[in-house]
Amino acid sequence: MSVVVELIGVRKAFHEGRPGELWAVDGIDLAVAPGQVTVFTGPSGSGKTTLLTLIGCLARPTEGRIRLDGEEVSGLPERFVTDLRRRTFGFVFQQFNLIRGLSVLENVMLPAYPLAPHYPALRRRAERLLAHFGLGPRRDAQVEWLSGGEAQRTAIARALINDPPVVIADEPTANLDSQLSTAFLDIVAELRDQGRTVLLTSHDPLVYEAPVVDRIVAVRDGRLVS
Amino acid sequence: MRHWIARQRYLIDYTVAAMARRKARNLGLLLVYALVVFVLASVLLYGHALRREAALLLAEAPEVVVQRLLAGRHELVDVNDLERLRGIRGVRRVEGRLWGYHYDPIASANYTFMVPPEGTVAPGTIHVGAALARTRGAEVGDVLAFRGVDDRLFPFQVAAVLSPDSAIVSADLVLLGESDYRAFFGIAPGRFTDIALTVANPREARTVAEKVLRALPGSRPILREEMRRTYAALFDWREGMVLVLLSGSMLAFAILAWDKAAGLSADERREIGILKAIGWDTGDVLGMKLWEGALLSLLAFLLGFALAYAHVFLLGAALLAPAMQGWAVLYPGFALIPAIDGLQLATLFFLTVVPYTSATLVPAWRAAITDPDQVMR
Repeated sequence: MSVVVELIGVRKAFHEGRPGELWAVDGIDLAVAPGQVTVFTGPSGSGKTTLLTLIGCLARPTEGRIRLDGEEVSGLPERFVTDLRRRTFGFVFQQFNLIRGLSVLENVMLPAYPLAPHYPALRRRAERLLAHFGLGPRRDAQVEWLSGGEAQRTAIARALINDPPVVIADEPTANLDSQLSTAFLDIVAELRDQGRTVLLTSHDPLVYEAPVVDRIVAVRDGRLVS
Repeated sequence: MRHWIARQRYLIDYTVAAMARRKARNLGLLLVYALVVFVLASVLLYGHALRREAALLLAEAPEVVVQRLLAGRHELVDVNDLERLRGIRGVRRVEGRLWGYHYDPIASANYTFMVPPEGTVAPGTIHVGAALARTRGAEVGDVLAFRGVDDRLFPFQVAAVLSPDSAIVSADLVLLGESDYRAFFGIAPGRFTDIALTVANPREARTVAEKVLRALPGSRPILREEMRRTYAALFDWREGMVLVLLSGSMLAFAILAWDKAAGLSADERREIGILKAIGWDTGDVLGMKLWEGALLSLLAFLLGFALAYAHVFLLGAALLAPAMQGWAVLYPGFALIPAIDGLQLATLFFLTVVPYTSATLVPAWRAAITDPDQVMR
């Protein structure tokens, strides 16, 4: 299940060559050990979210290379990158990004649709995940009726539906109170115990000072702070 | 292949759920779309059924009809003319026909009086078309009187009402015996309205017509093929006129549908971004949008076509009949035989389903090729 993530001289520009050009990530070398919980910290606009999108293959670097288990992925065609992304990474977004109008169960199963698995097996897997996160009774509810904590647990279940070795969460506690944030950290510990790599961004001390965190990486102005 | 089918089932599943979430928009589009298909399909189905009806009836018509002309006007033929045509090679049968028109002031309508070839109508009786019977309120056994030659009143007993299957040309028809016909119109024995020729090989009809012209100078041979083309041209023209009149409103509907199909709302763009971020690729998003367009337009096509079918063949094309049917003065009561032209159906399908489905793809493709990291911001 473990995957080694390596970044070599990675840079990412927005509006490159145009007025307002911005290097959100500006020369980062980093290796993330498998099975650990790593938190990227830094002020707003420091580039930590962009760094996560690059690691998670949601965007391509402008310069530099990204390797997963030694294999370079930054130059792969979109189809391969997408396939790699859905098999390797599970995402929990800051706004959760659940699809409104669909039920909790449907939202959880969505990432698996392009892989076209056997439907009863997929449904069983999704129901198991929901039951595990205490959402069994809410599986048929529409997601817009969920509380913040329920929405986040739904997003986590969705991130795990394809059983990815790496889970990426962007500011996961930004919309939660302390009690729900603690509950989230319990889930993170559980993910780590399962052997998954967890990458988080956060400037919440409750998160980066938590005992479950193995490594803190500070980012400022697109660079790592030593 | 099984994986491909399973993937399509998942995409359809998601598409149906996505469409159900935008009920008002999709229902509105569906209705507008179905209305356009309904109008187009009604005109095409009705025009085709009329042409087919006429063609079926003409199939039993003689290959060549010969008329006499005098000063450019239709003149009666003489029994001797029949004898002269019998000598032409390739002509199997020569028959003098008796028919004519009669204006009925009671119904303000023109009727066609005709003597059937095999003397099936007894003297003093008539067989009448269904529309005529309805207009005059006549049933079998009733007596109908018409004013004939010298304004004399001729009473006839209705022996039969013609089958409505052939209503398109028999609605205003009166079939009567030869002696009654001659007495009614004052036509002497040995004189006929025109001559019907049966040709052994129908492909030689044109050659036979040329020989007729040589045998009877000043006559006018009319080929069955020419009659068929005249009917077809008449209905084509009417169909064209109706389509031209409707084209403005259909264009307005088409623009509305195009606009709705081609514009993606902010919600839809966000949704596409989420799908890409959680592992869908551009192909999956396009596949989903393709299904959305195809399902909506296919449903609209089926609904519109079914409504058009019911309108034309069950309700007698109530909305189109006055414009497209128009037959002499008396409108025949119609029961068209259901007929669908496969090519026409395919053309209608490709002109409605394909453009709409394509229209949904371009904006979806634009949204789908953006980097999925947008949803992180």
